[in-house]
Amino acid sequence: MIHEQQPCASEPDQSLGREELDEATVRFCGDSGDGMQLAGTQLTNTSALVGNDVATFPDFPAEIRAPRGTQAGVSGFQVHFASRRIFTPGDQVDALVAMNPAALVTNLPDLRPGGIVIVDADSFTPRDLQTAGLKTSPLEDGTLASYQVFQVDITRLTRLAVKDLGLGTKDADRCRNFFAMGLVYWLFDRPVEPTLRFVIEKFGRRPDVAESNRRALLAGYHYGETTEAFAHRYAVDRARLPPGKYTHITGNQAMAWGLLAAARLSGCDLFYGTYPITPASDILHELARRKNFGVRTFQAEDEIAAVTAVIGAAFGGAMGVTGTSGPGLSLKGEGIGLAVMTELPMLVIDVQRAGPSTGMPTKTEQADLNQALFGRHGECPLPVLAAAHPADCFDVAREAWRIAVRYMTPVLVLSDAFIANGSEPWRIPKMSELEPIEVRHPGPLSNGQPFQPYRRDERLARPWALPGTPGLMHRLGGLEKQDITGAVSYDGANHQHMVDLRARKVAGIAADIPPQTVEGPKRGRLLILGWGGTYGPIATAVRRLWERGASVAHAHLRYLNPFPANLGEVLRNYDRVLIPELNRGQLRALVRAEYLVDAIGWNKTTGRPFTVGEIVAGAEPWI
Amino acid sequence: MSADLPAPAKLTPADYASAQDVRWCPGCGDYAILAQMKKVLANLGIPKEKLVFISGIGCSSRFPYYLDTYGIHSIHGRAPAVATGLKAVRPDLSVWVITGDGDGLSIGGNHLLHCIRRNLDINIVLFNNRIYGLTKGQYSPTSPLGQVTKSTPMGAIDNPLHILSVAIGCEATFVARTVDVHVQHLSMCLQRAAEHRGTSFVEVYQNCVVFNDGAFEYATDKQLRSEHTLELEHGKPLVFGKNRDKGIRLNGLEPEVVALGNGVTEKDLLVHDEKAPQPSLAYLLSRMHYPDFPEPIGVFRAVDRPKYDELLNAQVAAAMAKQGPGDLEALFSSGDTWVVE
Repeated sequence: MIHEQQPCASEPDQSLGREELDEATVRFCGDSGDGMQLAGTQLTNTSALVGNDVATFPDFPAEIRAPRGTQAGVSGFQVHFASRRIFTPGDQVDALVAMNPAALVTNLPDLRPGGIVIVDADSFTPRDLQTAGLKTSPLEDGTLASYQVFQVDITRLTRLAVKDLGLGTKDADRCRNFFAMGLVYWLFDRPVEPTLRFVIEKFGRRPDVAESNRRALLAGYHYGETTEAFAHRYAVDRARLPPGKYTHITGNQAMAWGLLAAARLSGCDLFYGTYPITPASDILHELARRKNFGVRTFQAEDEIAAVTAVIGAAFGGAMGVTGTSGPGLSLKGEGIGLAVMTELPMLVIDVQRAGPSTGMPTKTEQADLNQALFGRHGECPLPVLAAAHPADCFDVAREAWRIAVRYMTPVLVLSDAFIANGSEPWRIPKMSELEPIEVRHPGPLSNGQPFQPYRRDERLARPWALPGTPGLMHRLGGLEKQDITGAVSYDGANHQHMVDLRARKVAGIAADIPPQTVEGPKRGRLLILGWGGTYGPIATAVRRLWERGASVAHAHLRYLNPFPANLGEVLRNYDRVLIPELNRGQLRALVRAEYLVDAIGWNKTTGRPFTVGEIVAGAEPWI
Repeated sequence: MSADLPAPAKLTPADYASAQDVRWCPGCGDYAILAQMKKVLANLGIPKEKLVFISGIGCSSRFPYYLDTYGIHSIHGRAPAVATGLKAVRPDLSVWVITGDGDGLSIGGNHLLHCIRRNLDINIVLFNNRIYGLTKGQYSPTSPLGQVTKSTPMGAIDNPLHILSVAIGCEATFVARTVDVHVQHLSMCLQRAAEHRGTSFVEVYQNCVVFNDGAFEYATDKQLRSEHTLELEHGKPLVFGKNRDKGIRLNGLEPEVVALGNGVTEKDLLVHDEKAPQPSLAYLLSRMHYPDFPEPIGVFRAVDRPKYDELLNAQVAAAMAKQGPGDLEALFSSGDTWVVE
């Protein structure tokens, strides 16, 4: 269904103080069963539809349903909307909606002083407090002294709103998130219509559920309008985004769509072989629904089967892709070695999460860079690309496939939990704007000569000969092969040649990728060098520093292997290079080793993205 | 195939040989399997370019190098997964997995189970020599209890896996067992496997002359084998012995060996039914082991069940028929959209 409509603003209520803001950050938090992700997504879509720039940060526990009301079970969704370009979900929250005491106390540290707190006052009974592990009520013990607090009987009012629909208490309480949404929509002057449409689309088959959610949403909205508790309303104007048609997209969705586009642009059928793992599974879910695009998804028995099935599919001529997260990438390591050895084109996507081992599976980290580059046996080079923000996943997926087929190599694509689950507006491209991806397969050979599967072109790529083609029969495999003929070879000199050749082929890609660009002064005091999901916080931080007149520039690496050819030169144009990473300094070690540049690390591994403030603080000593 | 190419001449077994020198130990059972495979392929007339042999690691897994077809010598245990990906996207190809007892059942056990249960239309040939040959003589998951090897100097203490019981447990649609030196029988089993639609699983008793010579002597020795093996034939009673004077009778739920005569006739014997919808009979047969029983060889089970590759491609076709071929621009605009002027 396509909605192309102008933002519909509600009638402004003249009796209230109405404050125009450049931006606002709202976080819904509650139990993991309270529908906070849905509330956040709806606020996001609505804000995007009214023309704001939007960035989001869903934050949820690994447990699907942790014990109700406990701090372990708190789930949150943060939405940052603005009338200007924004790159992050916001450092601090302006308005916090807390559905219970556990959610309130765990999220309060992120609320800015003087910020708004809306709590469901019905959820602060002694029993609720006890479940949350609190001795006193934060509503009464002074915890909230420095905030604007609105205690709203969300549970009671929601039950009243849906009373005559004959729902049980449990079902009625499921609508509390819609009441909270309605209140936030009123407070920030958002239209309710997009969410009402969503309710009908989503729950249309269950009219009682649709109707109860509709009533709860409107009840929340009207509560804001009628009660005199709120002295102010806030408005955030449209942002000036580049012209075009927009939709709202998460990183995993952009990755899936980028894969679909790459398949279409290259004329290959997409085969996505994978094993479910957080936070990569949504790529599978999206692609599994797209079989009419010729997509074959294969939920394998394990990560190893996923990667090796993709090798089989690649041999057959499909666009083979496997997606995973860190632990899965470890399991795929041996298979990727085979892909490097057989020089078959395929993609491996790693949506990184906090490790090692199971670590914090729903939290973000960038600590798989070393694994992506080096986590295999033998000399096993492959190109590694990283997406910088949610919509960028669409472009990175296509670029990775372009390199894979052009150089006959597996390509590793890094994303992370922050990018994968985060979302932002995306200008919808026309397919005619996107470069086709050329794929060549040699035709039949009938001269009786044996086919030479390792004869190379000027880029050192070998031919992608497909089974079924007469005369091109050949055997690939993990054993070292003689160059050109592809015969099994244990000859040491040939192995040296092939090891060098595989390295040269990947290194040669540097000539085929754009040079590294910088935002900000071309030379100066400080360069902040980032990669992957730190893009937003760094881009925002340098803008903040520019406002103060600081000499600081930002370079963001999409290509981690090979590096852009001019990277060394770029680095030397600045007195200092600061490398913020959500790991213990993996890119920094590489840059130091490669360019002998005394780069400074700025690192954290809390499972959360950098805030803008943290990047600014990291840069300040050097400017 | 391009129209201007000459019609292919009928292929001989020799046409399927690659230029690579065969490097198994002299006397290895693998030679017989390779020879029979080439014969069967020629017999079936499958064009070389339509064949893909996929293997893992081990002596058996060198097999693809010796055939002038497409092939992948993959990594240890993973051949069924490689084959799954290939067959899923290329249902037009004849895909064969060549594996061994270590490759298929130890490191690759998981893939084998899932490949069989999915019933892809591929053929799996497992060379069982009850030993690790390529790594020079450690015990394998099919080595009998007590077997002394380099890694079990005091004898193996883990209970062996019985391959066909595993395959039947995964509800394989085609299960057969044959013996390397019994070439006609071997050839028959390979041919039946190739003709079956769905996953065909063939266990070949294969002698490792270096590390486990004679492991299957009871089943290969010309004097002994008719006493110690039983050739299964669909619809026929289970009779065995040099003089065909013994049979298998069901006693409750257990098989028992009976001598024919003295009032016991073939009518009293269990009758083989490879098409039985339930795998119970095939399983019972797979539990008959030397020396208590003659070991059945031949086709244990051959039934029809939907094939994974067929179902997968049918879903793609159904989605295209229902939703129309994918339109990316429409997909990108399928959520809420807005226009910035």
